[in-house]
Amino acid sequence: MDALTADLRLPLRAFDVELTLAVEGTVALVGPSGAGKSTVLRAIAGLVRPAAGRIALGDQVWFDDRTWRRPEERPVGMTFQHYALFPHLTVRQNVTFGARGDVAPLLERFGLTRLAEARPGSLSGGEQQRVALARALAREPRLLLLDEPLAALDAHTRSTIRAELREVLRTSRLPALVVTHDFEDAASLADLVGVIVDGQLRQLASPADLVARPADAFVGSLTGANLLRGQAAPAHSGLTALQLDSGGVVYSTDVLRGAAAAVVYPWDVTLARTAPDDSAQNHVAGEVGSLSRIGNRVRVAVGPLTAEVTAESAERLAVREGEQLVATWKATATRLVAL
Amino acid sequence: MRRVAFFAVALTATLTTLGFLVLPVVAIFTHVSPITLVRQLSNPVVDDALVVSAKTTVLAQALVLLLGTPTAYLLATRRFRGRSLLVTAVELPLVLPPAVAGIGLLVAFGRMGLLHTSIPFTQTAVTLAVAFVSGPLYVRAAIAAFEAVDPTFVDAARTLGAGPARTFFRVAVPLAGGGLAAGEALAFARGLGEFGATIMFAGSLQHVTQTLPLAIYAAFDVDFDVTLAIGGVLVLLSAAVLIALKLATSWTLSLQTSGFRFAPSTSN
Repeated sequence: MDALTADLRLPLRAFDVELTLAVEGTVALVGPSGAGKSTVLRAIAGLVRPAAGRIALGDQVWFDDRTWRRPEERPVGMTFQHYALFPHLTVRQNVTFGARGDVAPLLERFGLTRLAEARPGSLSGGEQQRVALARALAREPRLLLLDEPLAALDAHTRSTIRAELREVLRTSRLPALVVTHDFEDAASLADLVGVIVDGQLRQLASPADLVARPADAFVGSLTGANLLRGQAAPAHSGLTALQLDSGGVVYSTDVLRGAAAAVVYPWDVTLARTAPDDSAQNHVAGEVGSLSRIGNRVRVAVGPLTAEVTAESAERLAVREGEQLVATWKATATRLVAL
Repeated sequence: MRRVAFFAVALTATLTTLGFLVLPVVAIFTHVSPITLVRQLSNPVVDDALVVSAKTTVLAQALVLLLGTPTAYLLATRRFRGRSLLVTAVELPLVLPPAVAGIGLLVAFGRMGLLHTSIPFTQTAVTLAVAFVSGPLYVRAAIAAFEAVDPTFVDAARTLGAGPARTFFRVAVPLAGGGLAAGEALAFARGLGEFGATIMFAGSLQHVTQTLPLAIYAAFDVDFDVTLAIGGVLVLLSAAVLIALKLATSWTLSLQTSGFRFAPSTSN
């Protein structure tokens, strides 16, 4: 698999997009609306021309001061925020539009065989996203660019499509760049997450690192949640127990079965030297990995998870790196998402 | 009381308008018996005019579609200096009096004109006059239709490996199809009724340049029944065009509403 390298500068009305990025595996770009995320995708696809820089896949240069490959000459598979399925073509014609070979296996794989002769307008949001993915993959691309793949979906469909998307990204073995405004989506899909604000890449790190050590307050507020992966199964009194991949069990009031991740916000987690005897269901003991101060708050990484406490509390507890602490939070503050 | 008075006034206005607009059309078909009208259709004057109109209309509209569609696409999708000036130049024939258009064509293509051709007073001249007067109607509608195509569809086609030509034929033209058809229906109707520019530039020679509207005028003093028969033919053709226009418009609407059912308005 060839890696994508992009180094680009592109002036927009309010600010310049300036970023350097290497994409191997799946990288997600997260940021608020209007941060320039989609512009980065469009530049890599060749739909907009940067003012300066270099874009290359492996040693194949797509853009530099001498080279310009037009979009149809770049082997990308791109999906758009509102899917951009051709409304005048059937599902099969949409998928065939850029296809190199027989599309029947792709339609089968995405469960679209039954809908092959339907028009996109009659499909649900989730079905439309599957058609968009099948259409992008039919071109046999060497790079995937996904613009807000989950934004236009309702909560239920969203978790289904998110799981399918993970599977696609895992099995396609292509470098992929995913743009999303939602940190949980980014963290569940990507190995590396870049936070982009006003066209600048503020921080590029693994999801866990971003939560534990945000570069600044903005990254801290954007990269809300811890994600703990595991297997969900029903437990006592209607709760769901998530057997963590990293060991230990977490309880949630959400009902779910199978591969899942617990989403826990750092500000819902309290820290103590010993496990408190209170109403909270979840206790994880671990070594303090890192401390990072964001204004009047401190992010403390304890084992697999990060807590956010006030600077005052951190001082009172005299937290030091390498110490053992117990992180505690409630089952009601634990959201489960299917993976 | 006031409400009733207002309603009465509005109703009277509506009935007057309808009567005024429909009466002349009805009169054409009631002035002489339908049998007389149908019999006049085999009159050589009517036959010749039908053939001339059919030939020149088909040629003129082919010209309008072949040249007008790419012109409209470029003007709709590119932004450059002087674009609005160009659009205005394309629209100018719309507001030009047809007689002026005829004189213009004559001094442009005439033997003594700018290009020194022998086109005037031939069937080619009829075709050019019809294209000149009706073309801008189509181009204007086509620009609007292409501008209404969501550019994301064009982007999607490009990332799927389609070059500009394939994107134009497979995506832009079908998506703008309803608007293009509506524009063409208007241009067709306008071209069919063309009178002023044609009589100045092509004359009114039976069997050569005499179209249906010109034949109405020529037969007016000679045989009033012929005039009425041609009038009847044109009314039926115009009605057919209007129905086609309505169908084209409703087709565009259904395409647009079915395309974006699950697309909330988030950005970036």
